[in-house]
Amino acid sequence: MSDHPYAFLALFLGVAIAFPLIMLGVAQLWVHFFQAAKPGALKNSTYECGLAATGDSWIQFKAHYYLYAILFLVFDVEILFLLPFAVAFTSLPAGALFAMLAFIFLLAEGLVWAWARGHLAWK
Amino acid sequence: MDFSLYFDLPLWFRLVLQGTIVILVLFPLAAACSMAERKISAWIQGRPGPNRTIPPFLAWIPGINIIRNLGLFQLAADGGKFTFKEDPVPGNVNKFYFILAPILSMIPALSTISFVPFGAYFTTLADGTKHLVPIMLARTDLGLLAVFAVSSLGVYSLILAGWASNSKYPFLGGVRASAQLISYELSMTLSILPVFLWVNAPGGEGTLSLFDVVQTQSQPGFLGGMWYIFLMPVSAFVFLVALFAETNRQPFDMPESESDLVGGFHTEYGAFKWSLFFVAEYAHMIVGSGIFCLLFLGGWNPLPWVSLGSFINLAAGVLPCVASPLFMGVIGITFFLLKVGFFIFFFMWVRWTLPRFRYDQVMNLGWKKLLPISIANLIFYAVAIAVKDLCFPNL
Repeated sequence: MSDHPYAFLALFLGVAIAFPLIMLGVAQLWVHFFQAAKPGALKNSTYECGLAATGDSWIQFKAHYYLYAILFLVFDVEILFLLPFAVAFTSLPAGALFAMLAFIFLLAEGLVWAWARGHLAWK
Repeated sequence: MDFSLYFDLPLWFRLVLQGTIVILVLFPLAAACSMAERKISAWIQGRPGPNRTIPPFLAWIPGINIIRNLGLFQLAADGGKFTFKEDPVPGNVNKFYFILAPILSMIPALSTISFVPFGAYFTTLADGTKHLVPIMLARTDLGLLAVFAVSSLGVYSLILAGWASNSKYPFLGGVRASAQLISYELSMTLSILPVFLWVNAPGGEGTLSLFDVVQTQSQPGFLGGMWYIFLMPVSAFVFLVALFAETNRQPFDMPESESDLVGGFHTEYGAFKWSLFFVAEYAHMIVGSGIFCLLFLGGWNPLPWVSLGSFINLAAGVLPCVASPLFMGVIGITFFLLKVGFFIFFFMWVRWTLPRFRYDQVMNLGWKKLLPISIANLIFYAVAIAVKDLCFPNL
């Protein structure tokens, strides 16, 4: 009964790392002993639909993804503040509810602002 | 029956034993899911599905055709193929991250299971009162927050896989996956807040634990025994849609969308590394359906307004042995797994029924529909619960 609750998290973390490593190791051993790898220029080339791939894909890309990430960060932090509110709901006075509603409306207002500015329209 | 002998065993032994049991259940379940996926998709499309594979030295056994027609040998053959086929690493990739990504995908998939309670049993305390104990691995008050915190790490493996592949299709798949996952995480977290407002309403416990959520759904009385899917249908709906998006299932499988991105983030992967992504997806599905059942479908309670405890008391009148903790635990786990099984079927059913969204539609749905709905839902329940406590404290 007195197990430390996070002992299991540590155990599963260990299993989650060990399991793929062991299986990949078995696959490597199999390749090594029974089935030599046969690399080739075509086999090692980047996947493309019939043509040779041009250039890297480590390039600059659409900045719109970044906007969503920023918006996510703002909302996620605000939601993190809402969780303790939900837990402490047991003993809060009525005033806390109004404070929380004001906080939620600020959250909603941020969404309305981003929406009105057109940041949520996928271009 | 007494479990005190078991709890006298050393900690590491119990850890390894309980962990092994859960993994021995989870992995075959994930494998069964992949088989069910192929069979159900086949039946929905009116074809037989995999039904030919059989090792020749087993063919003489009478009745083995049933197993063959179910495709069990196909599953075993697939597993063998993933392990033993050549695993080429393309020349242009970043090797370290390319190999790290599938390993990373296993971590959230396996760790979240330790926070999910599967069932419960009664123990009799020294003073003779009965006390319900959850069957779960890590008993923390964090519960759901821990599940969210760990499962949202899954996005790293997708974007790493996409980026490290150094190929256009995986790259687009990885970036899309990360934008989609973070978008739907917001609605997902907001949609479950009313549940915890209700659980922690004055008189509640002040907890985020999933076990306590099920406990508040197994009280006597009309409101006490009500599953939250009836009490908060909007929350349940938003959570379910967000769950589809978070597990990358159709109609939200943007990261893979094979018609425009070939294989999405795992285009360049093959053999066992690919199957790790595959297992991780099914593990996410299983845990996600489990969380949905715990939050909105009463966990291990057999029916709305019939809690596991009262069901056991009823059944013990017919079969006294049912009341033993072992039986009760098994019965609870069975009810829970039945619900999870139904949801996994539901996932597949939706996959072969609805067409895939376009990417801008996915983002619009997440930000312009689900997010406002879940904020409005939260405000409604916060006010409603406060009004209920002020005006009808005895309800």
